[in-house]
Parts: sequence; structure tokens; C-alpha cells
Amino acid sequence: MVKIEVDRTQCQNFGECVLAAPNVFSLNAKDEMEYVPVADDSELDNVEAAVDVCPMQAIALR
Amino acid sequence: MSDPVVIVGASLGGLRTAEALRRSGYAGPVTVFGDEPHAPYNRPPLSKDVLAGGEVTHAAVAFPQRAATADVLWRLGTRIGSADLERRRVRTADGEEVGYRALVVATGLRPKRLFPRTAALAGAFALRTLDDAGELSAALTPGTRVVIAGSGFVGCEVAATARQLGCEVTVVGSSGLPMLGPLGEALAEDLMERHEQRGVSFHMGTHVAEVIGRDLVEGVRLADGSELACQVLVEAIGSVHNTEWLSGNDVDADLGLRTDSAMRVLRVDGSPWPDVFAVGDVARFPNAIYGDTPASIEHWNIPTETAKRAGRVLALQLAGDPGLADAVAERFAPIPSFWSDQYDIRLLAYGLPALADRVELLAGRRGEDCVYGYFVGAELVGVCGIGMRSEVMRHRDEVSRYGQLPIGETD
Repeated sequence: MVKIEVDRTQCQNFGECVLAAPNVFSLNAKDEMEYVPVADDSELDNVEAAVDVCPMQAIALR
Repeated sequence: MSDPVVIVGASLGGLRTAEALRRSGYAGPVTVFGDEPHAPYNRPPLSKDVLAGGEVTHAAVAFPQRAATADVLWRLGTRIGSADLERRRVRTADGEEVGYRALVVATGLRPKRLFPRTAALAGAFALRTLDDAGELSAALTPGTRVVIAGSGFVGCEVAATARQLGCEVTVVGSSGLPMLGPLGEALAEDLMERHEQRGVSFHMGTHVAEVIGRDLVEGVRLADGSELACQVLVEAIGSVHNTEWLSGNDVDADLGLRTDSAMRVLRVDGSPWPDVFAVGDVARFPNAIYGDTPASIEHWNIPTETAKRAGRVLALQLAGDPGLADAVAERFAPIPSFWSDQYDIRLLAYGLPALADRVELLAGRRGEDCVYGYFVGAELVGVCGIGMRSEVMRHRDEVSRYGQLPIGETD
């Protein structure tokens, strides 16, 4: 399984992660980022891509 | 053992290339040379949080290292002085020769300085590296008079941070308005007003003609004749591509190292070096969104996009994979994106607003949260907003389709 952590003090809701890994990250009606903290292994490449593109570098794999 | 893939440049582009090589199945040796002593770190916070934070640490901005690249050899603090692309060798500044199987150029940019002497002048600063941020941060004490030469991204961000730290800040810019190229007139004017409301002064349409002070900065004289006293001078007048170490080779290094859309470095006659790639800020590559004219795009997402492209193509080539030709021919169209934080002003943009011949307010109001669209004819080439992130995002796809719509088609 892929374990994901987001530093909420850093996240500015850019939404780049949503484009990279739409099954894991989403923006809610208030434009705030929400995510699934544990995802299937098949999501690893997408989540790594989300880590790469986050402008605030707020996403980490655990 | 075979020669390694040598990556010159240990910042974002170099790191992502090493990762992409491993992800694409290349398991052979990789050596990364970096002239800074630090492992790869994230530069955008340097002009904002890091500069404002007082204590500047590598840990706060370091990129996480992945298990897949644990066996990469990082030769930090080692500058490459020259290369011989025919003989497949690079030479360190200390004279050590290293052979390579393939070379990736990821040497990026360095700040342009106003005058040769300012690089060694006390009180004059440029900002690119972590060490630069540490030195500047220590000088930005409350009440310090700061002149910032340059009104682009770095100039405006440093102005905001210095003002928040209690400095007396004056920005000197050669264009009529700050960040005029990337923002267009309406938004640039709005941005300047927001800076002025927070106490920053502007001298626009002129430039620093002379730095006053023999051993340390005492002030500047502008081209319009006015003089500004200051203790700190920040030079944010643009960048120079780090390509001098490739001189003497058959490459086109004018305004960035010219590549094809597979990121392979081109000879002067336009044919690619099969085993030399360039990624990140140093590369001048054709982006399918904007036609075939190669350009270097100094946006944060470009090193990652170009490194992934180069790493994959190179891995296929090293493996002798028959899929190489198809991979090289794939459409490469990374959408430029930039953001900038100044005070509580959060700018976000996609595309290249600078291309536009017409700008239109799409949402919100001037002076408040707002989104502007940038058009060439009827087509959207860029979108930029202050706040209103989802509104900006909504136009991202349309911006990325520029250049793909046949003339006359609308949607």
C-alpha cells in the first residue's frame, strides 16, 4: 500500500496533485485539497508524480 | 564496468533525470556533479519563507531522496570546467577527466550581475542559491535601506519579503511596470499599487547606472540622474545560462542550449547528438503548444517535465529498445505554469501571457481577487489570477490547447 502524508501548513491548494493522481487527491467545493491517506500500490507512479509537481513540496510518501 | 551516465548539475533537473532513468529501467551507473556543496533542494522558497525565516537550513528545502536512486553517485562541490563531446569526456575544474556513456546537461542559470565589481562588493547581493539566501537574509534587518535592481519575479518577491522584515525598500525597474512581461499591463499596475500600499517605492523606466561605494555599497545612481542611498543592493536583473563549460563543442548555446523535442542537444547543423541531453532552465527546446521555435522557459515545472522526457528517451536508447523512434516522435507540450507569493498576494498562472495581444478580466475585480485571460486573437494563451485558484485552474486545459486548434475552429 502507498501511505501519503500532506503537510497542511505548506499546502496552498494549487491542485497540481489532483491532475497527477485524481484517484487520490481532489479539490472540494471550497477549493480545499482532500486526499486518501492510504492508496493501492497501483497508484504509486501517480502519487510520485504528484509529489514531484507540488509547488509547495507538501506531499510525502511514508 | 561501463562508463556512467554523467549528469552535470545537481538541482531539480539533475535529480529528476536520475529518477526518470531508474523509473524507465536503466540500472547502470549514474554520476551527478554539482558545484554547490548541497544535495538537491527546492529554490522557490529562497526568496520567500527561507529569506524571511532568519535561519536558513538545507533541511528545510531539501528534496526527499528516493530508494530507487540510492546508488546514484553524487559528486557535490565539484564543478565541471569543460567537456569534449566527441571523446565523451568531461573534466572537473581540478583537472580530473571522467568518461561518460551519455551526458545530461542540467547546469541551469546564474544571476546576471550589474557590474563585474559588484560580485565582490560588500552589501551587494544576488539570489539563486541557498548560500545566497543565507547571506541576504542576515543583511535584511529592520530599518535597512534596500535597493532592488530588477522588477521581475525575484525582485518583486524579495521586495515583499524585505518590506515584511521592516526594511525600507525601493525597486528600480527598466520596464514601465513590475512583472510587466508575465502579467500584462492591467495586472502589473494592480501589483505595483499593492506594493506601494505596503510601503515599497518604485523607480520605473530607468536602471542602475552606477553603484556608489568603494568597499561597501553606499547607494546607487540611476540612469535618470537620481541617487538613492542604501546599505543593501539586490541585483535581480535576470539570468545567464551556464553553458561556458561546453564551449569549443559543436552545439548552439545562444540563449540556452538548443535541443530537439526529445531534449537531445543539437549540433549547429540541427542534427542531434545521440548521447547528449539537456534539461531544465539551461535547455532551449521546442514546445508543441507554441510552434517549433525553441525557447527556454524558466518556470519551476519545466525541469521536472524535461527531465522526465530526457530520462525516458535516454533509457530506451541505452537499452537498444526499438520503441525509441516512437518515443522521440511523441508530442512534447509541457504547459508552462508559474506562481508567486508576495505578502498575502498569491499569483498563479498557466501558459505564456507574454505572447498575448489582448488581455481581459475574466473574473473578480481589480484590486481584489481577480483572474485575467491573455489572448492571441480569439485563442487563450495564458491565464493569471490573484487568489481564485479554481477559476484559474478551470482555464488550464484551454491554454494547453493553444496551437492545436485548426484556424477557424472554436469551442
